[in-house]
Formats: sequence, C-alpha cells, structure tokens
Amino acid sequence: MRRYGIWKYLLILLVLGFGVVYSLPNLYAPDPAVQISYTSSSQSADSFLAERVEEVIKDQNISTTIQLEEDYVLIRTDTYQNQLKLKDLLSRNLVNDVVIALNLAPTTPKWLMDIGANPMKLGLDLRGGVHFLMQVDTETAIKNRQNGTLQDLRIRFREEKIRYNQALVQGDSSILLKFNNLESKEKAEEFINDNYTQFNLPLISNEINSLELSLSDLEIEQIESDAIDQNLTTLRNRVNELGVSEPIVQRQGKKRIVVQLPGIQDTAEAKNILGKTATLEFHLEAQMDTPRSRKTSYPYRNGLGAPAFLQDSIILGGDQVATAQASFDENGLPQVNITLDGEGGSKMHRATRGNIGKRLGVLFVEQKTRTVYERDIEGKQVPVQESYEVKEIISLATIRAALGTTFRITGLDSPSESSELALLLRAGALAAPMTFVEERTVGPSLGADNIQAGIFSMQLGLLLVLGFILFYYRIFGIAASLALTFNIVLLVAIMSILSATLTLPGIAGIVLTVGMAVDANVLIFSRIREELKRGREPLDAIDAGYNRAFLTIWDANVTTLIVAVILLSYGTGPVKGFAITLSIGIITSMFTAIMGTRAFVNLVYGSKKNLERISI
Amino acid sequence: MTFNIDFLAWRKIAIIFSSIFLVVSIGSVIFKELNWGLDFTGGTLVELSYPEEANISVIRDTLINGGFEGAQVANFGSTREVLIKLPGTVSDSLGSEIVTLLGSNNADQIDLRRIEYVGPQIGSELRDDGGTAMLLALAFMMLYIAFRFQSMFAGAAVIALIHDVIIVVGIFSLIQIEFDLTVVAAVLAVIGYSLNDTIVVSDRIRENLRSAESDDTKDIINMSLNQTLGRTLITSLTTLLVLFSLFFLGGELIKNFALALIFGVVIGTYSSIYIAANALLIMGLNKDHLRVEEPENADDNPLP
Repeated sequence: MRRYGIWKYLLILLVLGFGVVYSLPNLYAPDPAVQISYTSSSQSADSFLAERVEEVIKDQNISTTIQLEEDYVLIRTDTYQNQLKLKDLLSRNLVNDVVIALNLAPTTPKWLMDIGANPMKLGLDLRGGVHFLMQVDTETAIKNRQNGTLQDLRIRFREEKIRYNQALVQGDSSILLKFNNLESKEKAEEFINDNYTQFNLPLISNEINSLELSLSDLEIEQIESDAIDQNLTTLRNRVNELGVSEPIVQRQGKKRIVVQLPGIQDTAEAKNILGKTATLEFHLEAQMDTPRSRKTSYPYRNGLGAPAFLQDSIILGGDQVATAQASFDENGLPQVNITLDGEGGSKMHRATRGNIGKRLGVLFVEQKTRTVYERDIEGKQVPVQESYEVKEIISLATIRAALGTTFRITGLDSPSESSELALLLRAGALAAPMTFVEERTVGPSLGADNIQAGIFSMQLGLLLVLGFILFYYRIFGIAASLALTFNIVLLVAIMSILSATLTLPGIAGIVLTVGMAVDANVLIFSRIREELKRGREPLDAIDAGYNRAFLTIWDANVTTLIVAVILLSYGTGPVKGFAITLSIGIITSMFTAIMGTRAFVNLVYGSKKNLERISI
Repeated sequence: MTFNIDFLAWRKIAIIFSSIFLVVSIGSVIFKELNWGLDFTGGTLVELSYPEEANISVIRDTLINGGFEGAQVANFGSTREVLIKLPGTVSDSLGSEIVTLLGSNNADQIDLRRIEYVGPQIGSELRDDGGTAMLLALAFMMLYIAFRFQSMFAGAAVIALIHDVIIVVGIFSLIQIEFDLTVVAAVLAVIGYSLNDTIVVSDRIRENLRSAESDDTKDIINMSLNQTLGRTLITSLTTLLVLFSLFFLGGELIKNFALALIFGVVIGTYSSIYIAANALLIMGLNKDHLRVEEPENADDNPLP
C-alpha cells in the first residue's frame, strides 16, 4: 500500500534518462574554428574550396581538421590564438570571393546529434560579441515615396495636358498641387481619383485652386512595413558580407531591428557597414536650356572641380544593380565594375543611346544622422537625432557609346572606398535610414570571465545548499539533494532542447532556483516532522506531509511563475535570460521536489512494516 | 524546531518600525532619487582592462583633453579595470572614440571589456516597461490570491508586497547603489519570493481558522506563524546562501542584482510575519469569513 506505483518509478527514470542525455552535449567544449563560404549566396561551398583552404594551411604548424559542410568549409583548431592566426592567414591568401568568419564549432558526438541533442546557445555576454538595436526612420521612406509619386505626377500631367503652377512635397509628407484655374484643378482631381489609390479621399483643397494629397493610413502602414522588410533583407546581406557565424537579424516591435553579431570585436567597422545608406543614382548632366526647376547643382565627392548641374530625373538607382565588384583600372586606380539587372540595362541603354556626346553623372547618395538640439515643451534643450541626405558627384563622364548592362565607375578615392561601395551595392540599399538606439558590446575576455563567475557561483551555491540540507534532514536530505541535482540537469536539458540562450542573468536565475526549489522539500519535511510530533505513525506522517504541503507548494510556485512570465514579456535582453531559467526551473522543481523525493523516500521506507522511526 | 513566540505582541512596534522605514524610503526616493543606471538614463559606458594598475587621474585628463568633458572615471571590481561613463549622451560612436583615444597611448595593451550605448528614447522606454511590469505583477498576484484564498488575504498580501518593494527601492536610493535593469528583475523576483512566504503563512492561517476550536483570530495567527517559522527560516537561509554566493562570486554585473534580492529576502520574510499577518488581524479576519466557501480538504487532493 505504501509502495509507489511502478509506473511512477518508470516515469521518473524516463525523465531522468531524458534529462541526462539531452543535457550531455553541454559538457563538450566547442572547438575554436574558422568557417569559409563563397561571397555569392547562390554558390555553396565545394571540395574545390576545401582544397584551396588545405593548400594554404598545410605547411603551417597549426593543428586543424577541415570539414566540408553544406554551406561552408569548417576548419577546426585547438586554441583561440590559432583560430585568429588561421583567419589572418586565410584572409591574406584566399582571393576576395570568399567570406571568412570565426566560429565556435560544437564537438557534440554524432549519436547525440542524431537524436537532436545540442548544447545550449551562449548569449553575447558569455561568448563576446555585439548587439545593436536600430530604429528605422520610416518618415524618410514615406517622404521618398511621395517624392517618387510627385515625379510621376509631373510626367503624367504633361501627357494629359493638365497645367499646374506648383507641385511640391510639404513638411508633413503630403503633396501640394496648385493650379491656374478651377477647370485644371477638377481635371487633375478626376485624373488622380482614377489612377491613384493611395491617397485619402476626398482630396482636400485648402485654397480654391489647390489640392493636397495625403497618404491613407493603410498606405503609410504598407510603406513602413515594406521599408522595414527591405532593411531587414539588406542588413542580412551586409551581415553576411561581414563574415559572422550565427548572426541574428530580427524585427523588434514596429520600427526596430535587432542585430546580434557574436565574436565581432571591431564594432566601429561593423556599425559603419550596417548603418550606411549609401547608394548610387545615375543622372544626365543638365544642359543650358534645362529649366532651373528641373536641375540641381551638386558638389564633387572628392572636393575637386566646381559643382555641376544634373537633371533631376533619375535614369536609374542603385537598386537595379545586380552585382558589383571592386577592382583597379589600367592605371591602378580604384574602380567598381557594375552589372545591372535586365530592366536597369534597358533603361540605361535607352537613356544613353540618344545622348551620345553628353555627360552622364554618377551621384553618391548617403543618408546621415546628426544630433540637433530642440526646445521641448518645458523649454529645455533636448538632443534629437535628425537624418539628412548628402548627394555628391563621384564621376561625370562623356557618353561615347550607348551603355548596356555592364560598365564601370571610376573617380573613387581609395581602394577601401571602392570595396565599400561595391559591398553596399551588392547588399542592396536601405529603404530608410536607421539610427543606432542601443549598442552593447562584450569583449571576449569579459565573456570568458562571466562564464567563470557564473559557474563558480553556481557550484558554491549548490554546495552550500546541499551541505545544509544533508546536515539538517539526513536521509530525507539525501532525497532533497538528489532532487536538486536532478532539477539542474533537467533545467539544462530543457534549455538545450528549446535552444534557449543562456546568459549571465540566466545563470543567476538557475542559482536562485537552487535556493528556492528547496522550499518545496522544506515545506514537506517540516510538515512530516509536525505530524510525527502529533504522534502519527511515521508512514502516515510521510503521507500527510506530502499531501498537505502540495497545495501550498503549488500556490507558492504559481505566483513566482506569474512574475517570471511578466518578466519574460516585458523584459529585454538580460532580464529575459533571467526569466527563462527562472520559469523553467520552477516547473522542473515541482516535478523533482515532489515526485522525485517521494519516490526516493518510498524506496527507502515504503516496504518496511512497523517502521518506528525515520531519519528526518 | 518548535517555537512558541508571541509574534503579535510586537505588532505595534512592528507597525511603527515599518512606518518609519517606509517614510524614509519614500522620502529618499523623492529627494535623493535613485542612482539610475545607464539602462535608464541613456548614454555611453566603456569598461577597459589595463595590464597593470590603471591610473585613473591620467585617464581622466586624457579624456578631458580629448573633448570628453563629462566623463566619469572609476575603478570597477579591481584596480586594473576602469569604467568610464558618459550619462545622457546621444551619439552612438563615443564608445569607440574613447577606446581609440585611450588606446593610442598604450597601443594594444588595453583590453576592451565592453561598450554600452543606450539612446535617450530606449532609456525612457525601459523605465516605463519596468514600472508597468511591476504594477502588472502586483495586480496579478492580487487576483490570484483573491481567487485562491479570499479578498482579505489578497489585500494583506499586496500590502506586504508594496511594503517590500518600497523598502528595497528605498535602500537602493539611500545608499545610492546603481539601479539598472537587472535590479528591476531582482525587485520583481522579490515580489515572487515575498509572496511565497506570505502564501505559506496565509495557507496555514486559513487551515487553522477552519479547524481550530478557538475563536480568537489573534491566537490562531500566532499559532500559524509559529508553525511555519521553521520552514520560513530554512528557506530564507538556503536562498540567502545562494544569493551570497552570487554576490561574492557572480562578478560585478550580478552584484547589484544579488544585493537587491538579499535585501528583498530579509524584508520579505519579515513582512509576511508582521505586515501580512498583521493586516489580516487589523482587517478583522475571523472564522466567518471562511465559512461561505466550500471547505477545501487538502487530504483529499490526489497526489502527483
């Protein structure tokens, strides 16, 4: 009767086995490694690449193993110094069609990987790396879209012979059109109603012969989400170019993007590449007879030469560049070889065919941000990030023949500028500029120290608690100690299966769980002691202790779980890591502290008849 | 352990003691304010590690000459580690600029430990989120206890929780320890922990109220407190053991987190005895309040 059902023992053994197996991968320390893949994402790593790598490193005295993975070639080594040496060696000896990234390669045995057992992921605070949070300036994207529509309207009005006085984009991103007379206005209104769906209807006219075109909320939402999607794609491409293993690029909330780059140390370089909104625009040079309203003067990027006028209409933009590669011209000056996509090629051909002998300008367009001080409602000076656009000519060359899909751009200052421009063109432009609103960089030495500190404090905490309960509860203390250890194993196993990220506050959560999980056993054991004192038979007292304490344990744990879930949904970064381990720990501790210890206690005492005293 | 302490005899003193503590805490938060960490003020932080003992005044001079006027420079953890803070700055590139500036004298001997930059907008958002999370936690706790126990218990528990949160935050304000995101997490964990204690005590009070023959609520509460005291002390002890091990070994980043929890555990233990139980007594809890409910018999509950 006092025996615990056999199925309960089986369940406990099953869960224990499962916990041990799935937490096992965490005991294998990862190898420092270097991974190499081709720059172009369509080309996956092949044995040819592996041979080239082997060629480079074979005479060096570094212990390595080369593996060909699906997307990359992996070179494992033994120490972090060798890892850096390898990266340096490879980047000097392999031509520029590959991306080289540092990595930590797991050493999980194959049989564990076959059953899906993998180690926990380590957060940036433990492995080192950089975390960026970027805010997308969607207002600029909206403004850009309205500018495009305005250009389009001007052309269409000309075709439709609708005469207008003035057409411009106002501060709040609405288009203002002014007409000579009511007739033109009505004609325009009808035309817009028939051909454009993105505006708020009916069109507003504040003055008698004017129209104001403001975007509908639906359209604004669409533009914003398009802008963020495009920025995400572009950022992913750029991150790939940077050479990072296991990067994270994710949308967060409405207007933000998180980028996490493990192992990156040169944050200035990473920021420079990620945040750049540089792109190119191709314009024809303005002629003497081009009206003032259709041309703009731009300075040269290198500062040499007088500013020149370019036509406002764009032949094509950087988004129609299919590939771009930095190289050098016959004089050894940096250049970028560009291949346009099909549409871009025909646009370029059409535009240049009829303008041979005229000059084609290449405009470098960059969105930058600066800090300006504004007065807030209370009249205090507050800093505000403001974005502005810089447009500079990088080359203005005479068209000698109609251009097609491939050509080259010269006039760049340095090889680093040409390779950066090529990278930005390849990776695509950002649809809207971004500002860095948060940055957290952790150096590798701090990461290693954090792991050390986390492990030490966990060991000491566990040791102290185990020591105390063994001393205080004897045989029952053994049950509680086993349960506590089992709890940590289970917690690690679940973290690994969920591929949750372990952070330093996460380790603190585990340590805290150790201290608090004992509470369930303390409640049960105190109750058993009380019942014994009241004169109950030992086995009855054990039963009563477990039964009566259960609800209390349940209530106490549910409330802590509620707190953990709130933390999980409201917290960011460090707080989340703490909440994850805390909530998993609470759930697993209910199982181990109640079922686990009960099974043990019944195993020791359950079969004894006429038990007189128990060691508690 | 058997105790027979007349806890409630001290309840007037406890009320005075708590009131003083609360007033001092609130006063300190209003007048001294909190030493907000970078997470909330926004700004830039750089931690560097020097091969030998770092010369703080030289570093400070270099920074001032380099145009970083408001830089706060201090040791962090050891004399080789230096923490440079520029609160309230809005440029995201200051961190790397500082590293470059200080690195130019010492070449590559300085080890960059971390750079943090938090924009002004993020800072205020994190502050709002922290506040919302805390209020939500309190509200949910109250609902859960009202549902599981009875509204008087919920009221008493929430009074105890607010008491704990105010005093922990007050201590951080009084001794001006940096209040950052991890401390907010710790304060929330304190809410969870303190409620644990309160629930265990309330649970026993409810059980005893139903079964005891005595009609004197005060005696029943006293008895319940004595019965649960052993457990309360042992759990506080094991939790404090792990917290002290985090405090001493967990590294600088975890120190304040552990400290907030250490204060919280001590205050939470005290409050479940003197605040929650006392509040029940003052609210006039008696046997009749529990009679309406179906009596719950814990013995009938199936075992897991």
